[in-house]
Amino acid sequence: MTIALNGEEIGKKLNEAIPGAVVSGTKTAVLVDAKQLTKVAEYMKSTPGLDFDYLTVVTAVDYLEYFELVYRLVSLKYNHSLILKTRIYTREDPVVDSVTPIWRAAYYQEREIFDLFGIKFEGHPYLKPLLLWEGFKGYPLRRDYL
Amino acid sequence: MEIIRPSVSTPQEEDIAEGQAINSLMEQCRSQIADPDRWIDEEIKRNILLTTVDAAIAWARQRSIFPMIFGTACCAMEMISASSSRFDLPRFGMDIIRFSPRQADVMIITGTITWKMAAAARLIYDQMPEPKWVVAIGACAISGGTFRESYSVVPGVNHIMPVDVYVPGCPPRPEAMIYGITRLHAKIVKGTFDNPSLSLPK
Repeated sequence: MTIALNGEEIGKKLNEAIPGAVVSGTKTAVLVDAKQLTKVAEYMKSTPGLDFDYLTVVTAVDYLEYFELVYRLVSLKYNHSLILKTRIYTREDPVVDSVTPIWRAAYYQEREIFDLFGIKFEGHPYLKPLLLWEGFKGYPLRRDYL
Repeated sequence: MEIIRPSVSTPQEEDIAEGQAINSLMEQCRSQIADPDRWIDEEIKRNILLTTVDAAIAWARQRSIFPMIFGTACCAMEMISASSSRFDLPRFGMDIIRFSPRQADVMIITGTITWKMAAAARLIYDQMPEPKWVVAIGACAISGGTFRESYSVVPGVNHIMPVDVYVPGCPPRPEAMIYGITRLHAKIVKGTFDNPSLSLPK
């Protein structure tokens, strides 16, 4: 059974390493600043004791005021997991750093999010629509679509 | 020496061309295509002198229709069940399931058709030789089903091709599918001469 790590503890540890990165840390998840996402991801992957080498899922949620990106990280070495979240507060042309250079597993899921939510991932090697066709207007999974 | 460069399009160009094709298909398919019932009467008028020959041809046709399956969703499982030994669809002459549209007579659409798939479905329909029939099986193929309002689903396969027989259900039982096929047989016979005993229910 994978052990879910406490977000508060990890948040404190993370804030010491990268000042200003953590917005809040609750028991279930760590909410980080979108601008520091690449640094946080690198820290999560390379820090001994955490070693999150496996990204199981990237998804996005539309809360109308902001988009929330949810990353579920798993360490195969220690068999523990953590949920990492970040928020984007713009609806017009939202941009966030890609984690594909760090975890290759994000490749297709970030393309899908780009397709259905219109969130651009900077640094993604091939950001093209995955499910929809070229020339499709609108972003179907946004709550203001239709 | 001149180097001959073959005109190979990049994946990007192919994607754009595909998107344009899908968008133009969506524009063309705004309205439903009428079910092919109206031209039956005209056919009868034209072929009135050849009724006996037509009866023989229709009888032969009816008993050897080769299906082209287009199973895109869970209704395909019911069709597989219908064509296997328990329900035994092959006893109606649908023995050989064709995976090439050029050898098929009836196209059985089982499942949801998305706009991305619609272009392929239309291409396959166009490749089938005349005379051809289409059977739409399941709620999604008939009207889009639960996904009718969706951004990517064709709201009824009769937007992209004329449909002869609709089999409702989500998914329909194999018996319903077999009943639909027998109705199609009746329609094939009726297509060339009017037989009251085999007429379709109004």
